[in-house]
Amino acid sequence: MKLFEYEAKNILTKYGVPVPQGGLASDPHQSREVAARLKMPVAVKAQVLVAGRGKAGGILFASSVEETERTAEKLLNMQIKGIPVKNVWVEEKIQVKRELYFGLTIDRFRQQYVAIASGVGGMDIEEVASKTPERVIATPINPDFGFHPFQARQIAKRMGYSGTQISELGRIIEKLYLVGMDYDTELIEMNPLVETSDGKFLAADARMIIDDNALFRHQEYRKKLLEGESELSPQEVEAVKNDLAYVKLEGNIGVIGNGAGLVMATLDTIQYYGGKPANFLDVGGGAPSEKTALALKIVLSDAKVRVLFINILGGITRCDEVAKGILEAKEKVGVTKPLVIRLMGTNEEEGKRILTEAGIDVLESMEEAAQRTVEISKTGGA
Amino acid sequence: MLEYGTKIVAGVTPGKGGTRVEDVAVYDAGEEAQEKHHADASIIFVPAPFAADAALEALENGIKTLVIITEHIPIKDAINVMAYAKQANATVIGPNTPGIISPEACKLGIMPSHIFKSGSVGMVSRSGTLTYEIAAGLTRKRLGQSTCLGLGGDPITGLNFIDALKMFETDSQTKAVVLIGEIGGNLEELAAKYISEEAYPKPVVAFIAGRSAPPGKRMGHAGAIVMGKAGTAENKIDALRNAGVKVAEKPSDVAELLAKLITA
Repeated sequence: MKLFEYEAKNILTKYGVPVPQGGLASDPHQSREVAARLKMPVAVKAQVLVAGRGKAGGILFASSVEETERTAEKLLNMQIKGIPVKNVWVEEKIQVKRELYFGLTIDRFRQQYVAIASGVGGMDIEEVASKTPERVIATPINPDFGFHPFQARQIAKRMGYSGTQISELGRIIEKLYLVGMDYDTELIEMNPLVETSDGKFLAADARMIIDDNALFRHQEYRKKLLEGESELSPQEVEAVKNDLAYVKLEGNIGVIGNGAGLVMATLDTIQYYGGKPANFLDVGGGAPSEKTALALKIVLSDAKVRVLFINILGGITRCDEVAKGILEAKEKVGVTKPLVIRLMGTNEEEGKRILTEAGIDVLESMEEAAQRTVEISKTGGA
Repeated sequence: MLEYGTKIVAGVTPGKGGTRVEDVAVYDAGEEAQEKHHADASIIFVPAPFAADAALEALENGIKTLVIITEHIPIKDAINVMAYAKQANATVIGPNTPGIISPEACKLGIMPSHIFKSGSVGMVSRSGTLTYEIAAGLTRKRLGQSTCLGLGGDPITGLNFIDALKMFETDSQTKAVVLIGEIGGNLEELAAKYISEEAYPKPVVAFIAGRSAPPGKRMGHAGAIVMGKAGTAENKIDALRNAGVKVAEKPSDVAELLAKLITA
């Protein structure tokens, strides 16, 4: 779950990591109140969870309280990359001496967290790492040992600091690690972490992504996710609530399958035959008929969908249950779009019988079914 | 698993000690079970919030091969389990895996047995049902499997592709390897490097799922996400092809490519 910049900054503030003075506003009037407490000029930043917010015009500046209000009004009426701006964060513009990077992410191969630091901040850290790897300091964190203040200070030194700045920067780095561990982040970063012209350090931008699998121990954020205060669309939230994995895409071929790898491969195969998938949806293992029916409802709620391909390879999933779910959906939801069904595995004969009797064709080969689906999506035939 | 011939000697469920399931004794704790049975391996189905604790209990009580079927275990918990497994010199398979099967010999997992046949193709995969899809294709073409290993769909798993390749190299029953990967992380790229640098002696055929996945979106599996430019299917496919691995365009092509390689 991605957190908004203001959420991340509020958490950092709680832990004593310095951020520029600022406040949240959800309407222009509020932005006046916030600006009145701050020193001009200020940055007015759209609170959206998309990459490239700055380039898309989501970060503007103002030199007075009035200008702040006008700027906030402009942003709050905008969409950044298709996402409506519900809040802005107003903060004091800082005098930047140097932009740094510090973050904590996961090294899958080592099975560890890794602390990444760089004296080159404010840029795409992956690019820095690939073009000039010598400018990236990676410190893998051994779970038996942890990450200690002396290691944080070591990083500060390697970033070129001396004197009191070693401990100051070191403390910030240390605290970011603590936040990451307490909040179960899969990624947490300050980019840029700024050294100001008077030698202080501030997290000018902060990003936190909480491990979705750890949300059960962060109920406050889980609640926000389920109440729609995240990057998920309403259909995606409904899917999460019902233990379905759903991702909306751009095409016109609806897809439902059991197993993430199989569903991805189904999307790939549709693309191979020249089709355009409308979504990814994994019903998971052993889905009862109600879950399958809900899956159909969610996928078909996208008006672009011209045809729906259901690909089931049943291990613990029973093909007859899936078949019942499809018929249930037809009854409850009313399915008007053509269906292409592929069933293989546990109880496939029974599943095929149930559908064939209801006038729905069932294919055995995944590729044949994908081809048929693409044809239908192009010609609209049944 | 019992039907398949796997020697399940005990079950552990706190509070159910003294009962029996399919005539196997159930204990309240791993310690008790191990005192009586000294099992080598264990398989865990415990729900995600409690699974890491169950894994640590197994490892603490002498289990050397641990299969974790459970999906949705937090990353932090998985990292701790793997660190302890390393200390305990134990092998973890998973989490979020269908398990491991050596067809017609033993199964520690949930895969549908009838799809697999004994043979000489080693399979290693990050996926569940996609693995069955490809295995079914192999079996149909009479290309049986030596062992099929599910690494798991999570970002942190006990084994990676290189571990599997090493094991398949020294396994005399395995004559070729099928590698099934997907978007996210860099394990396929590292495997490609390994295959190339070590001049891997057995033919490898791969399928990588997720060519159609958009960046930044998690495609079901916790580990299946393209972050920025890292972890794309294209990257993985290129790396593998450069290492001499045949990469299939569609799942059914795997059996075809393998058939050609094995007869050649």
